[in-house]
Amino acid sequence: MRKEILFSGFGGQGVILASVILGRAAAVYENLYAVQTQTYGPESRGGASKAEVVISDEPIDYPKALKPDCAVFFSQEAYNKYLRTVREGAKVIVESDLVPHRDEEFEKKLKVYALPLTGIAEETTGLSLTMNILTLGVLTAWTEVVSREAIEKAVLDAVPKGTEEINLRALHKGFELGEKARTEGL
Amino acid sequence: MRYPFPVGRSDFIQGDEAIARAAILAGCRFYAGYPITPASEIFEAMALYMPLVDGVSIQMEDEIASIAAIIGASWAGAKAMTATSGPGFSLMMENLGYAIMTETPLVLVDVQRGGPSTGQPTLAAQGDIMQAIWGTHGDHSLIVLSPATVQEAFDFTIRAFNLAEKYRTPVVLLTDAEIAHMRERVYIPNPEEVEIVNRKLPQNEEEARLPFGDPHGDGVPPMPIFGKGYRTYVTGLTHDERGRPKTVDAEVHERLIRRIIEKLERNKENIISYETYALDDAEIAIVSTGIVSRSAVRAVKILREKGVKAGLLKLNTLWPFDFNMIEELAEQVKKIYVPEMNLGQLYHLVKEGANGKAEVELMPKIGGEVHTPMEIVERVVG
Repeated sequence: MRKEILFSGFGGQGVILASVILGRAAAVYENLYAVQTQTYGPESRGGASKAEVVISDEPIDYPKALKPDCAVFFSQEAYNKYLRTVREGAKVIVESDLVPHRDEEFEKKLKVYALPLTGIAEETTGLSLTMNILTLGVLTAWTEVVSREAIEKAVLDAVPKGTEEINLRALHKGFELGEKARTEGL
Repeated sequence: MRYPFPVGRSDFIQGDEAIARAAILAGCRFYAGYPITPASEIFEAMALYMPLVDGVSIQMEDEIASIAAIIGASWAGAKAMTATSGPGFSLMMENLGYAIMTETPLVLVDVQRGGPSTGQPTLAAQGDIMQAIWGTHGDHSLIVLSPATVQEAFDFTIRAFNLAEKYRTPVVLLTDAEIAHMRERVYIPNPEEVEIVNRKLPQNEEEARLPFGDPHGDGVPPMPIFGKGYRTYVTGLTHDERGRPKTVDAEVHERLIRRIIEKLERNKENIISYETYALDDAEIAIVSTGIVSRSAVRAVKILREKGVKAGLLKLNTLWPFDFNMIEELAEQVKKIYVPEMNLGQLYHLVKEGANGKAEVELMPKIGGEVHTPMEIVERVVG
């Protein structure tokens, strides 16, 4: 089992943190192998920001994504740049308010779940910046790449003290939305 | 003793962080450095952890002073480390030679980035292989280790300290920006699970008087520690067994330098480490080190699926180098490929080892990206 997950958006959206939390959930709480890599340096601030997580039940050789099985797009620029790198049939989460221009032709080959994630996060917690945690909830419940317990523990490890409750609320809202996608067979 | 990080369990951390934690578990209690991407996280972790384990982490004015400080700390009895990247590594070359000449155990981490000069600070390279081995002037030897995963960065750091102590030599841990910044599952052992080697100390006045002699016949003299009651003279000048400068005596020079080289050469088998993958019946061999080995393993799997009998030799140590092993490999296979993130360094060692018994082809790549598995595959199958 080798699963490749791509996270992308712009600096400040918590793209990198989301990838680290997912990798930690797999590596520490699921006893799976996991590698997280990211674009680093000036190009990752403000512009397109990208992180990858590879999860496997055996030691991971090549640490980068070859053809992502799952991808998250938080910005138009990231979407334009990386959409066509995912494999056919990949599960793709799109922040629909931030990605107004879509590649409908290519999306036909994918399973796409488009949602106004930032708005939903704001409604749920009052803080739009919980959007990355909410997305992790969607991804976990939809793809089941790690268990809900594992991602919950990894979220609690990563978020600042005093913000646990608000982040769990975002995560659980994400579970709800991801569950919906899963039961509807998306 | 309490550790400032969880032990006896797996964690999900960057290569740099793994190196810092491993150093602390190996007994390192003195760190001196100067910040530089992509090695700064090692320093950050050391600055955080050292005060909590009664150790010292100090920022020096530059890399020259950083290695000088750890040489001093080592003679004061501490296990000591510094970490840097290309530009700092270049500055450390003179004192690396001093550490070799004075047989000072220490660990020097070089997190390779694109060079020369300040080059590509955030991107990985393997352009310092020859520098790690031959960068300091004069005839010499030292140990160079090269990890490919975050777990290996951790494990090899502990090994680096043990080898440094065992053979009274500097050890270079040669890693790169990719491994340094990558997060990966790594098992952090309980302290009881960690093998610790400590340097030989003089057992009597007689031994203490010969800090550069060979009282045990193994080429590794016991190291008197400053402040423990012995008068020891330490110099980078050619010195006799007692440490006194003897700069124009050819015999003394030859005896000293040959012993420093021989103490590692004769223990080669215990120092050299490598792994093979699908190499037993291979007709095509890939020889690689560090991060590129991970693309190479995947490439071998793909080549095998295509019916190509490929195999991998992954070098965990770059010096001492087993030229004979490469020659035996060259006798077995038709061709050896050397993918590396530079324009040809490991290639020259492999070619020398192959000794004309098989064709050796370089697969160079520079710019910051690791070879993809398919790049290696396509080069092999054409």
